[in-house]
Amino acid sequence: MTLTYHLQIVNLLAALLLLISFAMLSQRRVVGLVALFAWQGAALALSTAIIAWSTGQHHLYYSAALTLALKVIAMPWYFYHLVKRLNVNRAVEPMINIPTTMLIGIVLVIFAFNLALPISEMSGTVTRSTLGIAIACVLLAFLMMITRTKAIPQVIGFLSMENGLFFAATSATYGMPLVVELGVALDVLVAVFVLGIFIFQIRETFDSLDLKNLEKLKDK
Amino acid sequence: MPVAFLADSILDLAWGVVLFWLALGGASLLLHGSPRLLTRLVFPLGALGALGIAGVGVAGLILPASAMVLPIGLPDLPFHLRLDALSAFFMVLLGGAAFGITVYATGYFRSMAAGPLALLAMWYHLFLAGMVTVLLADDAYAFMVAWEVMALSSYFLVTTDHKIPEIRRAGFLYLLIAHVGAVSLLLAFGVLQGGEGDYTFNTMRLAELTPFWSSAVFLLALFGFGAKAGLVPLHVWLPEAHPAAPSPVSALMSGVMLKTAIYGLLRATFDLLNVQIGWWGTLALALGLITALYGVIFAAVQSDMKRLLAWSSIENIGVILAAFGLTLIFHTDGKGALAALTLTALLYHALNHAFFKGLLFVGTGSVLHATGERRMGHLGGLMRAMPWTAWLTLIGALAIAGLPPLNGFVSEWLLLQAFLFTPGLTQPYLDMVVPVAAASVALAAALAAYVMVKFYGVVFLGQPRDPALRHAHDAGWPERLGMLWLAAGCVLLGLLPTQVIGWLEPVVLMLTGQTLPGAGSWLLLAPVSTERASYAPLIFLAVVVVVLLLTYLWVRRVYHGRVRRSDPWDCGYPEGDARMQDSAEGFGQPIRQIFEVFMRVERETPDPFDRKPHYRGDSRDKLWLLIYQPIDDLTAWLSKQAGRLQHGRIQWYLIYSFATLIFLLVFAAR
Repeated sequence: MTLTYHLQIVNLLAALLLLISFAMLSQRRVVGLVALFAWQGAALALSTAIIAWSTGQHHLYYSAALTLALKVIAMPWYFYHLVKRLNVNRAVEPMINIPTTMLIGIVLVIFAFNLALPISEMSGTVTRSTLGIAIACVLLAFLMMITRTKAIPQVIGFLSMENGLFFAATSATYGMPLVVELGVALDVLVAVFVLGIFIFQIRETFDSLDLKNLEKLKDK
Repeated sequence: MPVAFLADSILDLAWGVVLFWLALGGASLLLHGSPRLLTRLVFPLGALGALGIAGVGVAGLILPASAMVLPIGLPDLPFHLRLDALSAFFMVLLGGAAFGITVYATGYFRSMAAGPLALLAMWYHLFLAGMVTVLLADDAYAFMVAWEVMALSSYFLVTTDHKIPEIRRAGFLYLLIAHVGAVSLLLAFGVLQGGEGDYTFNTMRLAELTPFWSSAVFLLALFGFGAKAGLVPLHVWLPEAHPAAPSPVSALMSGVMLKTAIYGLLRATFDLLNVQIGWWGTLALALGLITALYGVIFAAVQSDMKRLLAWSSIENIGVILAAFGLTLIFHTDGKGALAALTLTALLYHALNHAFFKGLLFVGTGSVLHATGERRMGHLGGLMRAMPWTAWLTLIGALAIAGLPPLNGFVSEWLLLQAFLFTPGLTQPYLDMVVPVAAASVALAAALAAYVMVKFYGVVFLGQPRDPALRHAHDAGWPERLGMLWLAAGCVLLGLLPTQVIGWLEPVVLMLTGQTLPGAGSWLLLAPVSTERASYAPLIFLAVVVVVLLLTYLWVRRVYHGRVRRSDPWDCGYPEGDARMQDSAEGFGQPIRQIFEVFMRVERETPDPFDRKPHYRGDSRDKLWLLIYQPIDDLTAWLSKQAGRLQHGRIQWYLIYSFATLIFLLVFAAR
């Protein structure tokens, strides 16, 4: 009985994750996007903690703590300051308009669920039903990266994709070994720094963070 | 078992020389600060190694085959080495020619700057080591490693002057064709091992292949080795790479490296494949004849010394391949003795070509060194300024032109003898076609003589076309020694054919299972019987010398005995000067006129009012346009199409990844 109770909370958090992914797709302002990213991280950390508690997988606590520290506190804070410093918090129209993006997103979610169906039947974990949501989150984050033309939303999309992957790992297999997770966390951290440097460089070179400018780099 | 012990120890010695060369290559890099040491110590030691290899080869022809397994290579995949008669023969060829060329190189490279010289010395010795390892390899893995070492080191040797764009281009072309060929060889070995998963040559000898797969192996090997040898239409790199490389390197590549391809072809066809099929021979014969004629025609119209020699190498490879084809035809037709005769001619010609083409290339190197000029239109009359080079090159030129009593004559004579026996073939179609083939070989030989008259006449005879040529300095002593060695090889191989053929016997026996009936004596060469045809080079030489002496004496003593110096009749042109001599272009004009179909001729004729008239005629290879240009264009087009994927927009790149991801997911979900 407790298991189902926990499961329901995890399912609820999973639904939240998906919802936040959609919200991110439709968010035009960068600061809003950062906040949504932090919320997504929080939901992820909480669900990981609950899975850890209910299944007794202690290393998942470390994962949850790591997620909380990196994705809820450190990175959003960093991005927030970046946005303030670069003064880019304007509403930007994405490449494809938002309703169309949402429609494509729904198609992707259906596809992801369809995809996850045979896999989650094979999986033996209690949280397998959330695998579809995890895949959907990855695809939606990818879609966000495609539709955004500015640098910071792209980086957030990239990180959000990592969230989805992380969620897929916890829900399907109770998480990866801690070493791998630490490695991934470090990778993400480094990626954020590198991308942050890139963002500054792009701005220095083009006086704007619009990635359309990168087309000029193409070899004629 | 003293014989087996001896055989094993000479194989050890051969591998020791390879290691010695590798060590010399490494030492050259360390010695990059002292060019004197490089030319006076490293290259002479390298030459000594070559002599050792020649000695190993001679011993290997007498002793039984021996094999060893080296503890290097990949885990579970050691290098197998084996020295049998066939490898031993090619080692004699390699060692003999490389000794002369390397001795020459000790002098030739003295003027080079220290840094490039050290690199060159390294690649040079690596190249030698690679070639010997190709001959020794007894498994496909060792063979391919050695083959690639040889190709890569020679690439770096070709691009020694890499600051010149044409040379880089030539090097790239060479590398490209070498690699296409190597891929083909890799496939050939893959088929050859017959699904055993074991790549030693021993397994390949035992593998049972259907005629279809045997033919596939043969075609792949012909393509792969043909790319290295310069088989038309894979010859395009030769006329580009040989002029680009330093002369001793051209000499090595043309004289020795091309022969490793012949070695590979013989090894694959007669040793590794246990069945031979008749039409392979017909194909090889046809391709060889085309190559020979194509090569010699283009050699005739060249006006660059080294390019001319490169085309002449293509011609000689063509002759060798034609002999290879004929050997196959005889062999599959059950005419063992005739196959033995043709194979003897083939091996003999390969050996001869190593010596005379090496000699001609280093001779060209001396001219280039002394004058800085490769274009024949700017040379002439060098006989007076450079007597050593001129006389020694003359020996090479006469040899390659196939004049008795030098070596070129012997092998071409043997080959033509073999052609004359073809009416005995059981296949009626071949019977009818082969006379044409014989005529083509004869035509190629005659045109080769024409080419050499042009080469020698324009460069060394006549009046200097540039006043500075009168002060050209002759080659130094190391160069002279190197050339003397090669020239001595040409003379001795021409004078002692019976002995040489005796040494070739183990190879011929190994590949065809037969030896020549050989009715001659040490004085008289009669490959089949004395009634049929015979040739006595020593007697020929004696007659020539006696006649010359008698004429000389007659003129000096009896006729008038004085040397009169006077102007010759000037045909009514009192102001004849060096510019009015027959030029390289002029000499080749008849050939160009006749064979213009094969060529893309570019002419620049001078304006009638030009004060300094200048004529330029260039005959290019039409096959380049027909075969290589379309491939080039297609590649460029495909690259351009693929280039469209590159938008420079990050969104598009993301979409590519996204689409791939979705596609793979759909694929995985099935």
